[in-house]
Amino acid sequence: MGETSINFAKASSAALQDQQLRGNFRRAMDGLMSKRAVQFADTAEWNGVRTLGASVRLRALSKLPELLEKLEANCTKNGIQVHWASTTDEANAIVLSIMQRVNAKLVVKGKSMVSEEMHLNAFLEKHGIESLESDLGEYIVQLDEAMPSHIIMPAIHMNTKQIAHLFKQKIKEAEYTEDVAQLTDLARRVLRKKFATADVGISGVNMAVAETGTLCLVENEGNGRMSTTVPPVHIAVMGLEKVVEKLEDVPPVISLLTRSATAQPITTYVNMISSPRKEGEKDGPNEIHLVILDNGRSGIYADEELRNTLRCIRCGACMNHCPVYTKVGGHAYQAPYPGPIGSILMPQVEGLEKRGELPHACTMCNACVEICPVKIPIVEIMGRLRSEAVHPGDAVRGAGSHASKAEAMVWKGWSMTYASPLAYQFATALLAKLGNAAPASLPLLKEWTNVRAKPRFANRTLHALAREKGIPDV
Amino acid sequence: MSHDGTTNRPDIERPESVYFFGTCLVDLFYPEAGMAGMELLKAQGVRVVFPQGQSCCGQPAYNSGYREEALKVARAQLDYFPGDWPIVVPSGSCAGMMSKHWPDLFKGEPDEARARQVASRVWELTQFLVQVLKVKFEDQGPPVKITWHASCHAQREMGVTDEPKALLRQLANVELVELQREKECCGFGGTFAVRHPEISAAMVGDKVADIENTGAKAVVSGDCGCLMNISGALEGGKKPVRGVHIAQFLKERTHG
Ligand code: SF4
Repeated sequence: MGETSINFAKASSAALQDQQLRGNFRRAMDGLMSKRAVQFADTAEWNGVRTLGASVRLRALSKLPELLEKLEANCTKNGIQVHWASTTDEANAIVLSIMQRVNAKLVVKGKSMVSEEMHLNAFLEKHGIESLESDLGEYIVQLDEAMPSHIIMPAIHMNTKQIAHLFKQKIKEAEYTEDVAQLTDLARRVLRKKFATADVGISGVNMAVAETGTLCLVENEGNGRMSTTVPPVHIAVMGLEKVVEKLEDVPPVISLLTRSATAQPITTYVNMISSPRKEGEKDGPNEIHLVILDNGRSGIYADEELRNTLRCIRCGACMNHCPVYTKVGGHAYQAPYPGPIGSILMPQVEGLEKRGELPHACTMCNACVEICPVKIPIVEIMGRLRSEAVHPGDAVRGAGSHASKAEAMVWKGWSMTYASPLAYQFATALLAKLGNAAPASLPLLKEWTNVRAKPRFANRTLHALAREKGIPDV
Repeated sequence: MSHDGTTNRPDIERPESVYFFGTCLVDLFYPEAGMAGMELLKAQGVRVVFPQGQSCCGQPAYNSGYREEALKVARAQLDYFPGDWPIVVPSGSCAGMMSKHWPDLFKGEPDEARARQVASRVWELTQFLVQVLKVKFEDQGPPVKITWHASCHAQREMGVTDEPKALLRQLANVELVELQREKECCGFGGTFAVRHPEISAAMVGDKVADIENTGAKAVVSGDCGCLMNISGALEGGKKPVRGVHIAQFLKERTHG
């Protein structure tokens, strides 16, 4: 494992000790799961809309280069300035240069996972620009100087009490209260002032329509609408996979997105942004920029199996239903995208050297696959990445970086024994005779017996019993 | 088979013979569950063949990223199931590996067609008992309260969800109390349990608490991996609940 590799095991161990955190996640995820189940109670409807959603995403990916060109052409025609960034550094530099040109000192941001991927706030701060999160959850984690722990509900790891304390501590005019309405109101008052004075508004993009050059933005709080209309300049950042072909592709995907994420039939706001303010219009920014980020995605696109990762519509349902995520929470993954999708996306974006542990943060229970509204074979991709991590190759950056001679030998030995009936019967007979004598302090057994009794080998194997009972062999 | 876990397999005729694939965990740790599975089949008038050359479906290596090694072991199995008979497996996880992952594992290999043919004949035990043999059990045991743990791979790869519970409900003296989180993984996950022992412990801890809440005397499951994990945790925590494989439970209740 490389030096820069991120230690999921260590971080999750800390999370598991935190009873408050475990309680917060268990409760929150249980709630989300049962609410979602109600939304998709009709299995036939679920199957239908899911097949449609998956096909929209698949069709878009099947002609991704063509659609991106179309998107650029149509955005440009609409007056939206399009920029391409192959790395997060490039994307940050593009954002900064726009800011510097308009002499921006204050930015308000709507929720955007890509900007988390870019670590944009820290970058702007380094350049003397204040960047304020305007989504309530994002605002809370920003005050807490933490990372989001969920892609839809960034502060889901905190309960009201913790938020009340945080507000009291970090906001000057705050009185201590656990009243949710009052807390929300307080945040709103702080943010309103900032909206009015911000030079630039930054947002993400849920979908970009190639055919019309329209940016779609789904949100509940109105902050996205504020960030994209009040400041004179709007910068939207998106991963290059977010494009869809036609306007009519948007409704089914939005319906799947909101119902999978928060179990809402639809969100409060669906913003469709198609151009800067035109003559005679009363609101809207004078300039709109679209930054399209690659950051490894074109490499993912190049491999037909891994490409399915790019279908993701970032609904977060896989997290809500993941029994591992539910136990350890999002911070244990130490990544902008946690949970099942993060476990396949991060290693592909940042390389297996650094993220090779994430595909193992999974029991392969397939709960995420069952729930994913666009049918991403998450667990299959997980298996593929496990294999890439231990074999040299060029499909995924860092392939072979987790190869261990000792582990390879063990599996080689295993396959030789299990592929030969004679060797297998000899080995299993031996285990049946002597296996129980193994001390519980042996490496793997020790981990197992921390909370479990030692598994007991039977006196005779099934092979032996079947022979004794005269069960025919052929 | 689709990713939403439905099998929709076509009905097949009741066969005169079946193969039994024991799985490596059953072989070493739960042979009595394997024997019970074969006896349940025999009791329905089906001839059961247990090829002595079989060993393992290859899943441990496959899930660890060692596909070549998995392929080598899977390939070795193909020779032992030459007839056209169904292959019945007392484990949703191994059945899922064989029927769903073998076709991928053998893709592009010279024996791909043969592997697909074998894969298409794989049935999970309870699925076979219900769908093909249409069994009707008569309960001979005393009243008891039990609960059911659904294996992830049985439900999501093999599409086996109602079959085991339907079998348990045939038993007149058995009260089946469902778990609150029946579908949630127990935290075994093959090498996951030793790679991430603390998370696995937290997961099986939630499962054990759920089981205890039902007040059941036994937790029945169709997968020896889950069973080893859950009953290991029950025993380690000195809980008075026993873990038992569904084949063995059904056999105990119906053959006295
Ligand atoms: S992988 Fe699927 S379930 Fe997870 S966030 Fe993406 S679309 Fe949603």
